[in-house]
Amino acid sequence: MLLILIMTSVFGKLFFTAGIIFIVFFHPSVIFAQSPPFLIPPADFKAFDTPNDAGEAISLTWSVSPSDHPDIFYVIYTDKDKNGSFEKEAIRIKSNTGYRTSVPEIYGYKKENGDYHHVQIFPRKIFQGETLGKKQVYYFKLVMVAEDTKITLDTIASASARGNWLHTKKINNFAIMIILSAIILYFIVHARKNPNMFLRKIGGLDAVDDALGRATEMGKPVLFVHGLTGMGSISTIAATSILGRIARKIADYDANLKVVNNDPIVMSVSQEVVKESYLEAGRPDAYNPDNVFLVASEQFPYVAAVGGIMTRERPAANFFVGYFYAEALILAETGASTGAIQIAGTDAYTQLPFFITTCDYTLIGEELYAASAYLSREPMLMGTLRAQDVGKGILIIILIFGTLLASFGLKFITHLFEAF
Amino acid sequence: MRKNSNFFILIGTIGLFVCINIFLMASGKLPFSSDGFGIILGAGLTLAIYSFLYKDNPAFKIAENLYVGVSLGYTIIITWFNFLKPDLYDPLIVPIFSKTATRDPRYALLIPSLLGIFMLLRFSKKLSWLSRWTFAFVVGLGAGVSIPRVISAFILEQIKPSLNPVFSGGETMLSSINTLLIMLGVISVLIYFIFSVEHKGAIGKVSKIGIWFLMISFGASFGYTVMGRLSLLIGRIQFLLRDWLGILQ
Repeated sequence: MLLILIMTSVFGKLFFTAGIIFIVFFHPSVIFAQSPPFLIPPADFKAFDTPNDAGEAISLTWSVSPSDHPDIFYVIYTDKDKNGSFEKEAIRIKSNTGYRTSVPEIYGYKKENGDYHHVQIFPRKIFQGETLGKKQVYYFKLVMVAEDTKITLDTIASASARGNWLHTKKINNFAIMIILSAIILYFIVHARKNPNMFLRKIGGLDAVDDALGRATEMGKPVLFVHGLTGMGSISTIAATSILGRIARKIADYDANLKVVNNDPIVMSVSQEVVKESYLEAGRPDAYNPDNVFLVASEQFPYVAAVGGIMTRERPAANFFVGYFYAEALILAETGASTGAIQIAGTDAYTQLPFFITTCDYTLIGEELYAASAYLSREPMLMGTLRAQDVGKGILIIILIFGTLLASFGLKFITHLFEAF
Repeated sequence: MRKNSNFFILIGTIGLFVCINIFLMASGKLPFSSDGFGIILGAGLTLAIYSFLYKDNPAFKIAENLYVGVSLGYTIIITWFNFLKPDLYDPLIVPIFSKTATRDPRYALLIPSLLGIFMLLRFSKKLSWLSRWTFAFVVGLGAGVSIPRVISAFILEQIKPSLNPVFSGGETMLSSINTLLIMLGVISVLIYFIFSVEHKGAIGKVSKIGIWFLMISFGASFGYTVMGRLSLLIGRIQFLLRDWLGILQ
């Protein structure tokens, strides 16, 4: 009896100590911090064709679950058959990631977006090598996976991926294009009726005549250096337009123009432009196609060759017009060392500082686009320039009102100018 | 006399370069192999290009012409392997002429090929007018593709981040000042680029602020790029001193 009492007392203390240890180390809060004890399945599991794409993606969405946790995963299995085995794993995400808020182009900026998960599936990549119909329907199962437990949702979501002809989220881009085009057309018509439109002085362009006059007096060539981009670049298009105006004046002055190119298509376009200018000036005989030539198609060989031309031929005036990269400083510095009058025009803002420090005049950004109108005073170009100014005025108004409204919590103007 | 001195400087420099290389190879600092000759060639071309800092000279001209020639050869190879072969030869020419081809020829490629051939017709006086079709296509396509891209990059992408609230409650004083500064910068620079209004009075003053903003940003960009260029120079000097002369370890 005594033995039983002693045993009970000893084991009772042991159980008590064990209980204390259990409570300290295995308290529910400690357990929950490492992994949740149970899985609550999410709801509203849906699949739909991702809007505004080329028909490659399917979007899946479901509500967040109270048991979402970094150690719990959502796994989506897919199959081509509703009654299939769903063995292919389409995607696996941590349950505390992948929310609708990250894709405003699909769900907008609703407050409840944070309460739903979102993933995108690319079924053609998953079923690569298998025969798939054009309107193939794909089925999806959502599984919630913890360390050693998992829950499969009963709902099977399905969708087929289809291409869209219209990207509805880019309508703002389209609308801006239409509005600006309408303004441009209006001002072109206006400029034709009133050709003496005012243009503020642009120092760099006023100096063009001086530079060409100097070259004519010295009997030395004028060197026109194109940037490195092709005809797809707006700065190159602007550069060829300026080249046409310069060539026209050179034809009038009977000076010598040399145009160096780095792109064969730009070279061919430049040849045509210069030829046209000489024709306009009534001097087709003075045009020499060999003076518009390709130097090198790679960046630094182009620099080395143009630098060589500058030091050997010592042009009286250098024009650097177009989009330039790292070669800008080397070219302009070499030109400056030869004593040529230098005029640069570029919208490459990283290279503008180099042109500003080494050239006599620099056309900064938009001035490059304005140059053509400024030099020619053609109604069409003048109208375009005026329209661009009106466009800038509209942008300034939008900026002021948009910021004001955003300050009062009204962000609809901000969302209107979202670029997707 | 001046020409003679330049000639002697050139000959002297080349002689010194040859002697240094003989010494480096004899002393085993440079291996007598293709690697060693590659380093010598690289060092020679680097020095030839840098010699332009003194003045134009035959060594620079050799390096310049070599550079242009090599780049042209490289471009031809790149054009063949990256464009003509995968985009024209393999999908169109091979299926037409090869009996073992597994794919049908893509006849739609004849249209761009024809446009490409039109470009080559510039060499013919009678048919050179056809090349204008290609130019029209290239320029039109370029402009068409650029317009939405430019609207997106230069209007939408710029406006949206500029429309920040100045005082909606969550901002600090500094972030509000930052937003106002950005707005002032954007608006004043936009006004500077307005051409059809004379820059006098209020407009003139705001556009002057715009010039200040532009110049400050150019200054920052200048400093940033110069640092990048210096690192390129350091790379070349390291090549000369470590790989070629073996002075640096």
